[in-house]
Amino acid sequence: MSAVTASVEPVETPWRRFAAQFAESRIAMLGLVMLAVVIGVAVLAPVIAPQNPYDLAKLDLLDARMQPGEKGMSGMTFWLGTDGQGRDMLSAILYGLRVSLMVGVLSGVIALTIGSVVGVLAAYLGGRFEQFVMRVVDIQLGFPAILVALILLAVLGKGVDKIIIALVTVQWAYYARTARSAALVERNKEYIEAARSLGLSGVRIVLRHLLPNSLPPLIVVGTVQIAHAIALEATLSFLGLGLPPTEPSLGLLIANGYDYLMSGKYWISLYPGIALLLTILAINLVGDQLRDVLNPRLSR
Amino acid sequence: MTTLLSIRNLRTEFATRDGVLPAVGDVSFDLERGEVLGLVGESGSGKSVTGFSILGLIDPPGRIAGGSILFNGEELVGIGPERMRALRGRRIAMIFQDPMMTLNPVLSIETQMVETVLAHENTSHAAARDRSIAALARVGIASPAERLAQYPHQFSGGMRQRVAIAIALLHSPDLIIADEPTTALDVTVQGQILYEMQKLVRESGTALVWITHDLAVVAGLADRIAVMYAGRIVELGDADAVLEAPRHPYTRGLLDSVPAATAPGQRLRQISGSTPSLLKLAPGCAFRERCSRAAAACSAMPELDDRDGRRVRCHFPLIEAVV
Repeated sequence: MSAVTASVEPVETPWRRFAAQFAESRIAMLGLVMLAVVIGVAVLAPVIAPQNPYDLAKLDLLDARMQPGEKGMSGMTFWLGTDGQGRDMLSAILYGLRVSLMVGVLSGVIALTIGSVVGVLAAYLGGRFEQFVMRVVDIQLGFPAILVALILLAVLGKGVDKIIIALVTVQWAYYARTARSAALVERNKEYIEAARSLGLSGVRIVLRHLLPNSLPPLIVVGTVQIAHAIALEATLSFLGLGLPPTEPSLGLLIANGYDYLMSGKYWISLYPGIALLLTILAINLVGDQLRDVLNPRLSR
Repeated sequence: MTTLLSIRNLRTEFATRDGVLPAVGDVSFDLERGEVLGLVGESGSGKSVTGFSILGLIDPPGRIAGGSILFNGEELVGIGPERMRALRGRRIAMIFQDPMMTLNPVLSIETQMVETVLAHENTSHAAARDRSIAALARVGIASPAERLAQYPHQFSGGMRQRVAIAIALLHSPDLIIADEPTTALDVTVQGQILYEMQKLVRESGTALVWITHDLAVVAGLADRIAVMYAGRIVELGDADAVLEAPRHPYTRGLLDSVPAATAPGQRLRQISGSTPSLLKLAPGCAFRERCSRAAAACSAMPELDDRDGRRVRCHFPLIEAVV
């Protein structure tokens, strides 16, 4: 047997190539850094926050509606001011970010899992199952997300688990539709036929071959949808239907400050609003670059 | 030698918007153990569908409408999906046309080879890995242990096809169906792969069905040649005999249309007309519209007559006048 000479290069996995391409855009790297900071402060909130905003015993009503930079009764400086209950806004934002991110990511991941499995199965199995799933998706997408979420929350009540259920219900259909269309393309490629000709089981073909290759568009939809979920949760909380006031998310903080806007106490709404804006901006910047890198039509 | 594969009156149809399309109308042939059969025909002649039918890879709207496929004495038509899956990859393997497409781009070669071993055998991951390295070495891949960790995009087309062949050989199958595996490759690489494929098959006693439209490829490789036209075998016989003295006018036409058969500067002798639509196939010989020897008798379907080891489906076969 004639040996074919081939240079053995260092193992270049698709992931490394992907990371290098991602890093080409400065603005995307900025977004990534912003996102890392946002996630970092959210995770570390109990450590770095000057105050525990959930502990009502620590709050002093005499500190209420302090301007940014003022010193409170206990001698602590409120860099971003305080709200109507004398809560330090900086601490409230850090904790609120934590709740908003957790709700957004958790509902995104659950919806992604459910949606992609259902979508890929629909593409692989075809027939009645596919028809049924895709008609349900069509009906679901025919309603505005906010309406579906409002109705669900009106029925379910308040709570972190309830709002995650509502967000998953609203979002799984986007993932299912994307997963199906990606899997339909992949299913007809020869390597799936080859995997079948090797006698691999159907479960293995779906999970190891079809699903990973259908993932790139799902990741892109996922980042956009997580940003949507965070915004939707903020909207619902602002409307008073989302999370209980004892665990204020960014949306609820903005709603709390709404009453004071006209009286010049802008900071109660403004800073949580900026935090929400930066979070969603960071996610979208990263998502945009992911889309460019993962889109085969734009690949160089 | 004993018969490994015996196909009788195979008919595979596809339901289309315009009616039933019989991609394979009526195909019968036998294959001995270790034999290499070249299945030749132009696009749409049903050669690939025949290969897919053997593996049970015909998906709706297609179906095997009739006939029998005996493999090692076991009927494959109507076999349960689990039993078919146990045969696929283990006793019958397939090599596909485009090596760029047959390997999963997101899995390393190791993952893909090991999962093929483990799909049919209960061995350890390490044992499966050793087998994979040995298989890569067998198809002429240098430093197989390092190459195993790499991903498909790090291989050239020819190398990928070698990997695909190595995967097909993992379980030392009785039969390999190769669907134009060298068509997408450079001519130089094509030659290497052909040579090595032939060697591997001879060493291991694996039977091979080599599907191609390229007569030159088959000439050096196959023991026997089956020529297909419009879903039927029109001529079947020993490779040398078929290529040197074709008896079916279509085979003659195919050989004549190879540029080497024409003097430079002359027009190529192509077969006039084009392949008939399988949807509106008139009864009788499918080639008669394009055949110079056609006569009234050709409106009845000729049988695949067996004359001294040569089988020809023609009322007026070309036989050298040996008086």
